[in-house]
Amino acid sequence: MGLDGHRSLVRSIVEDPSLTYRQRVHALALASENLLDPPPVSEACTSALDKGIICDLFEGNAPYRPRYTLPDYERAMRQGSRFLELPAPQTFDEATTFLLALYGSVPSITGYPVWFGNIDRLLAPFAAELDDDELHARLRRFWVLLDRLFPDAFAHANLGPGDDRVTRAALAVHRDVHQVVPNLTLRVDPTLTPDDLLLDAMRTVAEVAQPHLVNHPMMVADLGDDYGVVSCYNSLLVGGGAHTLVRLNLKEVAHRHAGPAARFVTETLPWYLELTAELIAARIRHLVEEARFFDHSWLVDEGLLRRDRFTAMFGLVGLADCVEHLLDLDGAPGRYGHDDHADSLAHDIVRTAHQLVDELHLPYCDATGGHALLHSQAGLDSDLDLTPGTRVPAGAEPELYRLIEAVAPNHRHFPSGVSDIVRLDETVADNLRAAVDIARGAMRQGMRDVTFEVANGEFVRITGYLVRRSALEPAADDEVRHSSTVLGRGSFVHAHLDDRVAQRVRSHERDPRSGR
Amino acid sequence: MSATRGLVADVVRSSLVDGPGNRYVVFVQGCTFNCVACHNPHTIPRRSTASSCWRDVDELVEDIAEVAPFLSGVTVSGGEATSQWQFVCELFGRLAGDPRTAHLGRLVDTNGDAEAFVWHELARWMDGAMVDLKALDPEVHQTLTLRDNARVLASIEELNWLGRLHEVRLLIVPELNDTTEQLAATAEWLARLDPVPPVVVLGFRHEGTRPAARHWTQAEPRHLDAVVDALAAHGVAATQRPG
Repeated sequence: MGLDGHRSLVRSIVEDPSLTYRQRVHALALASENLLDPPPVSEACTSALDKGIICDLFEGNAPYRPRYTLPDYERAMRQGSRFLELPAPQTFDEATTFLLALYGSVPSITGYPVWFGNIDRLLAPFAAELDDDELHARLRRFWVLLDRLFPDAFAHANLGPGDDRVTRAALAVHRDVHQVVPNLTLRVDPTLTPDDLLLDAMRTVAEVAQPHLVNHPMMVADLGDDYGVVSCYNSLLVGGGAHTLVRLNLKEVAHRHAGPAARFVTETLPWYLELTAELIAARIRHLVEEARFFDHSWLVDEGLLRRDRFTAMFGLVGLADCVEHLLDLDGAPGRYGHDDHADSLAHDIVRTAHQLVDELHLPYCDATGGHALLHSQAGLDSDLDLTPGTRVPAGAEPELYRLIEAVAPNHRHFPSGVSDIVRLDETVADNLRAAVDIARGAMRQGMRDVTFEVANGEFVRITGYLVRRSALEPAADDEVRHSSTVLGRGSFVHAHLDDRVAQRVRSHERDPRSGR
Repeated sequence: MSATRGLVADVVRSSLVDGPGNRYVVFVQGCTFNCVACHNPHTIPRRSTASSCWRDVDELVEDIAEVAPFLSGVTVSGGEATSQWQFVCELFGRLAGDPRTAHLGRLVDTNGDAEAFVWHELARWMDGAMVDLKALDPEVHQTLTLRDNARVLASIEELNWLGRLHEVRLLIVPELNDTTEQLAATAEWLARLDPVPPVVVLGFRHEGTRPAARHWTQAEPRHLDAVVDALAAHGVAATQRPG
């Protein structure tokens, strides 16, 4: 884009009636960042990027902060902060004040923190001084501020796996306020999470479509005890995060493959995985060596972020479309989620990608063995005719058990998260025990992430984030308070999200229009 | 191995509305009643039909075992479950003895029209029965089901004595079985049971019913609220469930 093009982009942002002041500032910053050339990569990589085979999710041309950061809030609350000029909190009110001040300084791609921490664990030590009513009232005020100060549905709080007064109070407040922020995840461990807490979580799901569930023992086995679930169900290390997330579009790769499907995993796929890794490496180097984020951040100085806790996320998208195309080439048509030979090819592709990504060395990813973590990327607002991540296409989901049989084997290969959504009939509200059964069963079958959506609810799950159904309907140029609602509106229309059958799946990440 | 077979109208591998939790449901073909308000009238004929088929106990146990990690239990409904009680006994016994399915609860959804010895046989393997009480008044019962209710009342008492009465369900057809006098009598009868069983109030709806039932009034939430209140006034706490 020439200078004139940039001028007109800046002008269009300045005059866009659908953006709030803060959203304009954010879009203007991205536009100016994009005046710079992106980190240099090979011609083949640039070409794959231009064709949309690889996509950097419009993070910007000159990465100057990691995409996802998970500050060590527990440490901060123990030691206080010199930068914020706040001592270690002693009371519940001091604790929430401290956290709000800290959240305001957390860098990210969206401009808002993607992680609020393990909220129940952070606040439990301060809750003993409060009776139940006081706890609820204070937590409610805190929740309202999270939503109003950080109005982005990617901003994520974690609960569990153990039960606690604050865990229960947080769920009760969440049912009470009907907000999309914070996005909420409950970590579930068969030995630590009692049925009664899961029932409470399901009551919350039935009312406000949260929390998401993550398989705690599976996460601990892959990332250790100290992990957090952020943004659209991305699991990363606390005190670290992800430098970047780049995704590979498997559908586009399949369309560049000739010959039998068996050769896809041995020839075509490895080549494009390498090109993706090349882009990731270039972006990480820019962040660490050119922008020198880790040399300049006070969060690093105070030990709340450490470079050796960071990794990169390697996203895959469009598995279902890829499989369908390859089987057509083979003259053996089949659909992922419906035909065993299609499932088998899908699982082969994911297993191979995992194995190869683990072998692709990347700089500054020592936290995870010097390689990126594979992630099932749930899509972009602008995606058309592309199935999110490794899901079965919306509207074509088979019955519950068949769906889980198709998707569950992929979950072990995505340590940094995979989002498959199980849509439940609204009668579940009268039988929450059934949702607990399905959640426990899905995790027993090896599902890492389980997200429920109840039919016809107040909230629509776009990807890993929620949008209020009513917010999707008004005219496009009204100002919208939540940044993510703007993204959701496009997704809802593009991905036919409301005509899916029960049990479903989807997700997204960012709005390209402010980038390119 | 078992060669016992049942005439089955349908199975549902995941049901959220046939007892607590996610349940596998076997709908047997054939009913001893002929309820005007039945919303699955094709399951009433006690013979093989176009939509029913014979299923081996073995084959059903395998199918249930496949999805057992996702289930709280198994419910046999109908038709009328007890019309094929040997089949139900065999199925439940096999489920109880198979390590893959032994943890599952085993419930029967019944019209209560069975002899005491059937309940004694079933009680060996069955955790409980959900019994419909269509009406306490024999004449109203006759109108609704074309049968007498003496065995239903005896079954409720017998199951309660056996500790196998999961719940009593009252299907409310407005103006037919929700008069003040009937509700008072029903509440008093239920309150005399020891212990008083859980009571669930459901509303009659037109969906799936035959034309003869369409001139009856559908139950609205206000009807069910009134029933719950009337039962409560006589000391019986009932819960509402969507029909």
